[in-house]
Amino acid sequence: MHFALTSEQELARNALRELLTEHCTAAQLRRVFEADEPVRVPGLWAKLHELGVIGALAPEAVGGLGLNAIDLTVLLEETGRAGVPELVVETAAVAVPLLAALPNEPRAAQALEQILAGELSVTTALGPVGIARAGLGLGGESAAGAEQHTQHPSPALTDGAAGAPLSRGRSAEPQVLAPDAVLAGFVLCEHRGEVHLRNARQVRLAPVESVDRARRLYSVDLDASTSAATRLAAGPLAQQLLAAARDHAALGTAAQLVGLGHRMLDLTINHVKTRKQFGQAIGVFQAVKHQLVDARLALEFASPLVYRAAHSIAHEDPERSLHVSMAKAFASEAALLAARKALQLHGAIGYSYEYALQLYMKRAWALAAAHGDALAHRTRIAEVMLTAQGERYA
Amino acid sequence: MDLRFSAEDEAFRMKARAWLEAHVPKTALPSGDTREGFAKHLEWERALFDARWAVVAWPREYGGRAASLMQWLIFEEEYWRAGAPQRVTQNGVFLLAPTIFSFGTQAQKDRLLKPIAAAECLWAQGWSEPEAGSDLASLRSYAVRVDGGFRLYGQKTWTTRGAFCEKIFGPFRTDPKAPAHAGLTYFLVPLHAEGVSVRGCARLDGDEGFADVFLDGVFVPDDDVLGGVGNGWKVAMSTTSSERALSLRAPGRFMATAERLRALCAESPRGADPVLRDRVVRAILDAEAYRFHTFAIATRMQAGVDLGPEASLSKLFWSEMDVSMHETALALLDEASALQNAWSKQYQFALAGPIYAGTNEIQKNVVAERVLGLPRK
Repeated sequence: MHFALTSEQELARNALRELLTEHCTAAQLRRVFEADEPVRVPGLWAKLHELGVIGALAPEAVGGLGLNAIDLTVLLEETGRAGVPELVVETAAVAVPLLAALPNEPRAAQALEQILAGELSVTTALGPVGIARAGLGLGGESAAGAEQHTQHPSPALTDGAAGAPLSRGRSAEPQVLAPDAVLAGFVLCEHRGEVHLRNARQVRLAPVESVDRARRLYSVDLDASTSAATRLAAGPLAQQLLAAARDHAALGTAAQLVGLGHRMLDLTINHVKTRKQFGQAIGVFQAVKHQLVDARLALEFASPLVYRAAHSIAHEDPERSLHVSMAKAFASEAALLAARKALQLHGAIGYSYEYALQLYMKRAWALAAAHGDALAHRTRIAEVMLTAQGERYA
Repeated sequence: MDLRFSAEDEAFRMKARAWLEAHVPKTALPSGDTREGFAKHLEWERALFDARWAVVAWPREYGGRAASLMQWLIFEEEYWRAGAPQRVTQNGVFLLAPTIFSFGTQAQKDRLLKPIAAAECLWAQGWSEPEAGSDLASLRSYAVRVDGGFRLYGQKTWTTRGAFCEKIFGPFRTDPKAPAHAGLTYFLVPLHAEGVSVRGCARLDGDEGFADVFLDGVFVPDDDVLGGVGNGWKVAMSTTSSERALSLRAPGRFMATAERLRALCAESPRGADPVLRDRVVRAILDAEAYRFHTFAIATRMQAGVDLGPEASLSKLFWSEMDVSMHETALALLDEASALQNAWSKQYQFALAGPIYAGTNEIQKNVVAERVLGLPRK
């Protein structure tokens, strides 16, 4: 048991932090946020690519770095801290390993090549997690379990006691959303249990007004945008790929949330040290101090769950999906708490549009809900841990 | 990063598990905070010591196994998993002994450590006074220089298991003219001696777990000063660092509580309630987070990093987690939560967590000022 980053991981983290301090400032983030038309931070993607973030998980044989989920998690936490308005999680954590797992599929190989060349990013449309239980199987046995979920209502949904009756009797199909889809090269999506990949320009997208304007969401018309020609995988293989994709997406997002939480905490600490009221820095007051400690505490204990989940993915632990859910559930709440405390302690300054906090706070709101919010993941944990008999820590 | 245990550590776990399964009393002992329960607990402590499981991380010469910090955490997981009794030697083993390892002379180590491990000498923490709780440095009990040692005067209070122990450890004022934090000295004080009277008193749960200790000129020889005259505050802070982080509350205790909660949920008529199930999941999440956070801390400690004020983060987390887990258990019990049973009893004990070892308000100040760097004034 050795729970610490390696010196290589620390070096990579520091290098990326330095790069983002210079090339992804709050001012740059604000330009993306305020632009009328969707724009990117000029040159940022190329720099992330150059540093190896994008191809981190791809095997060296195809031009990647052959790193593992722990290495990438370190980097994603930094992208969260800087509020990077790019499809880093979707491309580096989700699409790259999925495409690399399909070496005999020419379209996958070709797309991977373009991604690893730094030319294109990928957005994902994996559907909301909170109600769409299908495809949320766990670990090694996920494929079979998930398929059953797709074909039959799950016992949990029919017996009412443990299930989520929210979806019953509600006819509206949930929107399937993809972030920054018009800026992406490809859309990677799940449709009827299959994996599809399509050039983003050929996907039918409808812009939807988003709270975080530096991560604009688009509604994807899956029926109109997918066909046999866009299919990458079906059947059990697709279920396996989707289970892994959802784990990678949730874990990468959890890592970003921890970084975002620390960013908001740091902003607030600086604020309360300098903001004077009643003739002294407001950071002197215990009512202020204790709220900051609450936020730090939540982030402090989210981080080990995030790296534990990354370790489980890197080592193909059979319970990795469970560990990812723990990480995403905890990190989502921690970042939301940090956002709430940051806003409160900034007072009206934080509430103003001009101040930087909103850029990070709105990202935290969006990512806390993305790829399963805390409740969705805790529900998934309950389904596994509160139904199985026998001892957990045996 | 490698979150798997080595084969050697796994073998250690299996060995501990096998011994505990064979020796943990089949029926729970009466509370160690009552006189009859305390005697039963001493028998258990001595059995632990004889099999070298009382202080696994200590050097062999003091009765330990020279186990690593990780192995100690493993032992604690197994200990609580097996449903083994609360440790009535806790304050000696986990609070005083680490302080002796840091500040004791060789002669003190040789004389004091083994009887602590063997439960031959039972120790209580003599810190709080009627007017000095969170503001420990304002303590008034004092020591007067006499030939060969000191005579101690004053009152210590809320002394856990003080009525059953032989000795107390704690700071006393030796220089009344020095500022509050200076002029303190850490003493090891006999309770069954002339010039001391001890009056047991009941805690919230009704057990005689507290005591008032009245000191009226009891003699303490120079040999029982720990860490040197005038260094009391520094020595006390070393004890609090042990108290707040790892050594007092290893994750195994909360993993076991989470596991019991899971079992309670499975058998409770309210166990299908999605709101309650969500609370049970939160308990499991908290226990997992605390476990892995502790592994990260232990990794740093093994690399020689001093935890310092960060220990307060752990104390805040485990104490609030413990309360919340028990609140969930009581909700699952429904009306039966009003009955005297293991859960309601342990709930009352959990409620002490945010108060003892430095109240959580004090811990938050420590974190805010010394970890987050916020201004004191």
